Amino acid sequence: MSATTDDRPELRVRDREVLLSVTDLYVHYGNIAAVKGVTLAVGTGEIVTLIGSNGAGKSTTLRTISGLIRPRRGDVVYRGSSIAALPGHRIVAAGICHSPEGRRIFPRMTVRENLDLGAYLRRDAAGVTADLDRVLDLFPRLKERIDQKAGTLSGGEQQMLAVGRALMGDPTLLLLDEPSMGLAPVLVDLIFDTIRTIRDQGTTVLLVEQNALAALRVADYAYVLESGTLKLEGPARDLAKDEEVTRAYLGG
Amino acid sequence: MSQTAEAHAPRSRSLPAPRVLLEKATGLGLVAILGLWLVVQLVRTPERFAGALVEGVNVGAIYALIALGYTLVYGIIELINFSHGDLFMLSTVLGAFVVITVFGATSPTLGGFGVLALGLVVTMTLAATVNVAAERLAYRRLRKAPKLAPLITAVGLSFVYQWGGVRTNGSGQKTWDSLLGDSGFTVAGISVPWSMVLVTGVTIPLLMLMMWIVQNTRQGKAMRATAQDQDAARLMGIDVDRTIAFTFAVGGALAGAAGVLYLQTVENTRWDAGFRLGLYAFTAAVLGGIGRLDGAVLGGFLIGIIQNLNDSGMLPFGQKWSQTVVFTILIMLMVFRPEGLLGRPTTEKV
Repeated sequence: MSATTDDRPELRVRDREVLLSVTDLYVHYGNIAAVKGVTLAVGTGEIVTLIGSNGAGKSTTLRTISGLIRPRRGDVVYRGSSIAALPGHRIVAAGICHSPEGRRIFPRMTVRENLDLGAYLRRDAAGVTADLDRVLDLFPRLKERIDQKAGTLSGGEQQMLAVGRALMGDPTLLLLDEPSMGLAPVLVDLIFDTIRTIRDQGTTVLLVEQNALAALRVADYAYVLESGTLKLEGPARDLAKDEEVTRAYLGG
Repeated sequence: MSQTAEAHAPRSRSLPAPRVLLEKATGLGLVAILGLWLVVQLVRTPERFAGALVEGVNVGAIYALIALGYTLVYGIIELINFSHGDLFMLSTVLGAFVVITVFGATSPTLGGFGVLALGLVVTMTLAATVNVAAERLAYRRLRKAPKLAPLITAVGLSFVYQWGGVRTNGSGQKTWDSLLGDSGFTVAGISVPWSMVLVTGVTIPLLMLMMWIVQNTRQGKAMRATAQDQDAARLMGIDVDRTIAFTFAVGGALAGAAGVLYLQTVENTRWDAGFRLGLYAFTAAVLGGIGRLDGAVLGGFLIGIIQNLNDSGMLPFGQKWSQTVVFTILIMLMVFRPEGLLGRPTTEKV
């Protein structure tokens, strides 16, 4: 009998335990629908990517998961319970940290203060110190600029800070929105290498990207969004070879 | 965002436009003339000058307390809370009720000071509660509305508070005895009222406590983060609603303290006392750079000092022009330095 629980599709995805599932999600800005019926699942330990062109609803989906916007319909289930109605700070407390679109670092605070705020809800001082070391190891540039005001950092450094700040919350699930946006190619590689490292250190990652090629290279599974609806999904390796995807998003 | 904005509009290294230069020169020129005039007065009548300074610091401390309420709220939700002056007025009435009507404390005894301390705590608590209630019932619902809506609401609340003032304090001015009266002491020919020692003795620790809260506590960190970016603060796990309510509580408590202390120096209040004082304090907040706590304190003391220098004839205008002088400062600031003395130019804001 015990085998039956494992067969239930809502608990397992791609041979993994489901960490987060989004079902039939509708999100509106005023009267404009940004997300129209998106369903997706993220398994523990995966890197899942959400790709698609500008305005496809990728960022809106992430913002809904982290409680910044309320869905009009549909549900967001994390570790077996619905979080769609929780306020943002409770979602962070549940272990979902979000590095948002446009970085949204605190420009008038130092790098250190920004990273400290990432650990705002944590009470384990020793763990926070350890994670600070870990983040500074991942991004040595931040270590050099630790007492500098975040607003004076370069775009790439701000991006590292945004990712590092999200990691300081010790997330179970890390939401990354366009981490490669506006970065020099060298830094793009660095960021994607880092995402893999973060996953290998035990954090599940849901990655939103316009740079579909790089995203598909690093991800296990991918969803393709187009004007608010799911167009395609599949293992990232397969999608990278898919003709339709290649033509539409990879410039091939 | 600020980065890209700067990138699109590179600042030229050459001289700024002649118009800007002229504006700057005019502004600095006016300040220089004023400064020179004051130096002349200082040399001619040093004791009167010092006396005006002392009085200025005294009222300035109260302006600073009120100005902080404006600047805290503006800093966190960019609302100019026009009802704040009237909350201060309600605090004067409430403070008088607790200190004098209930306990009859009008003499500088140990018990009298005990009652004053109690009056401070009660008034600060109630003013904080009223401010939080206003946020909860009115401003929170309007947070996503166009900016004019909360502003008009604040003006409306201001009438509500004034009505409260009329109901409790009457439609005329009421005089209340202070603990220390006109007693004072003289240092080097300058008479210092004891009430000033009381006011600054309460205000300065309060200001320091507040700065410490904002700079060093968890709650203060949450306030600063929320002020810079509400959504980003949410993503850090900060309860933004609670943080904003806390900010209103701190601002209200400071207005409460200002109300009690005001009565101890001015000894009277009226339902419209918050209007003028509120505008003075608002000017102080703008002078220092609205949104900046240190700016509000600096602005408060500066406005207090300027007003008293003028009241005592140290400026060439005379007492009946004091309001004009203060609001001229406000207008000149808008023209020459809209970001205030300590503020950043607003273009830098994200």
